[in-house]
Amino acid sequence: MKKTSRFFLGIFGLILGIIWIFPFYMILTNSFKTPKGIFASVLSLPSNGTTANYGNSFKALDFMNSLGHSLLITVISVLIIVFFSSMAAYALQRNKSKLSGALLMLFVSAMLIPFQTVMIPLTANFGHVHMLNMWGLMFMYLGFDASLSIFLYQGTMGSIPIAMDESAELEGANRFQIFFKIIFPMLTPITVTVGILNIIAIWNDYLLPSLVLPQNQYTIPLQMFFFFGEYTKQWHLALAGLTLSIIPVILFYIFAQRYIIKGVTDGAVK
Amino acid sequence: MKNRSLSFWLFLTPTLVALALVVFIPAIMGIFYSFTNWDGLGYTEMLGFKNYITLFHNSGFLAALWFTVKFVIVTVILLNVIGLGLALLVTQKFKGSNLLRTVFFMPNLIGGLILGFIWQFIFTEAFDALGKAFHMAWLTGWLTDGKTGFWGLVIVTVWQMSGYIMIIYIAYLQNIPSEVIEAAEMDGASPWQRFVHITFPMIAPAFTVCMFLTLSNGFKIYDQNLSLTNGGPYKSTEMLAMNIVNTAYSENNFALAEAKALIFFLIVAAISLLQVYYNRKREVDL
Repeated sequence: MKKTSRFFLGIFGLILGIIWIFPFYMILTNSFKTPKGIFASVLSLPSNGTTANYGNSFKALDFMNSLGHSLLITVISVLIIVFFSSMAAYALQRNKSKLSGALLMLFVSAMLIPFQTVMIPLTANFGHVHMLNMWGLMFMYLGFDASLSIFLYQGTMGSIPIAMDESAELEGANRFQIFFKIIFPMLTPITVTVGILNIIAIWNDYLLPSLVLPQNQYTIPLQMFFFFGEYTKQWHLALAGLTLSIIPVILFYIFAQRYIIKGVTDGAVK
Repeated sequence: MKNRSLSFWLFLTPTLVALALVVFIPAIMGIFYSFTNWDGLGYTEMLGFKNYITLFHNSGFLAALWFTVKFVIVTVILLNVIGLGLALLVTQKFKGSNLLRTVFFMPNLIGGLILGFIWQFIFTEAFDALGKAFHMAWLTGWLTDGKTGFWGLVIVTVWQMSGYIMIIYIAYLQNIPSEVIEAAEMDGASPWQRFVHITFPMIAPAFTVCMFLTLSNGFKIYDQNLSLTNGGPYKSTEMLAMNIVNTAYSENNFALAEAKALIFFLIVAAISLLQVYYNRKREVDL
């Protein structure tokens, strides 16, 4: 490519990039203003900057608690999903029969059912057995997210030769040992993909937790309604709260960017 | 592993139980309840298709369906054009192209709910200020009517998802052997000719993937709808998923909500099955 056209592409990209970041920039600058400051001028940089919004919004969001719940629910749910769906995929992939073909179809067909079709009976049933809490939620995530995970796992498992299983069996290993000591470690790349996809989905989920969690177990997205439920909007607090809620995601993105991009691509393309 | 072996079932049971309790049993119950007067606790009579008749006559469902269809058509086109455009841009070698890739993809990691709130501020406050500063009336009063609500939802969705679509197109663009492009360049093909005759045919599979992804995601959107407009003003921006949730939890009409949810399921399932059909056909054609 010619040097000049590369230069103009760079300029064009820069402009697009600025447009893309503009909303984040607006949120960040206005989160340091007083209500009067926001009212007087949205577009300018804060003139008498204040960090008070962050302290107040930190309290209003009960941030440490809601961050803790978000982390706890996401981490445990993802561990449960990885553990059980890799096992299920292993059973289905290593057993070539009509039955496992039918079971795989069952898992895949569950992906066709939208959440709204099951949400009312689901919450009613779990309410009857007093499981409308974060432990019930984790179990529900296994039910909702196992299908895609099993599908991804069993797709890659085919490339691990069955001779691996057989030689381990000859040495006297049982099924669990074969799977957890030999097969599962070889699945690490796809485990990362399954983990990333589920982390993003569960961390950001709103509707299901809003129907399931009691108020003392609220996650970050649920807690965000503190600023928006009332008739008067307190943008100065809300903007600080929104910024706080984005920070964990940005940190995660910075540290795991390569894996995230690969995981998201795999999830869509496979 | 044998069918009858204990380990086969030990490996499968936990996920099968979860799938049954969380998805299949509630789905079957929901379909059944849609033919009754279920109130969330119990039912007293079978109504036949009465809920389905109500649904098509007088329940806001058709308005929400029409709004959603318009939204899906616009976003599918915009997302694929912009997503592919961004992919072509960042795969050129210039300073900062990798950083741009990171920037374009970032909104996709933040939840729809948070994004909707962020954009609510941009539309109602920042757009307003820009409109007043530059005397552009069309920038003021956003989200106060159905029209700006519609375009607001479109903008949020495009801003959020085009980075995702970009990533998929990049994956396919990188599979094009560079010799092919170089050979065409040697033969004197213009950049436009190279795009139309080489790049585009070679990324056709990506187009199918992205088409269906954007199509089914568009129908299922809820979070952005809730936090950006909450369906307002006067339900003018209420999409399908929100219409179902509101019928259930605001109007407490659980049986009618289930009937709507079943129609919703049929629409979403039809799109997915169409995708499977297309993928099969493509594989046969190759």
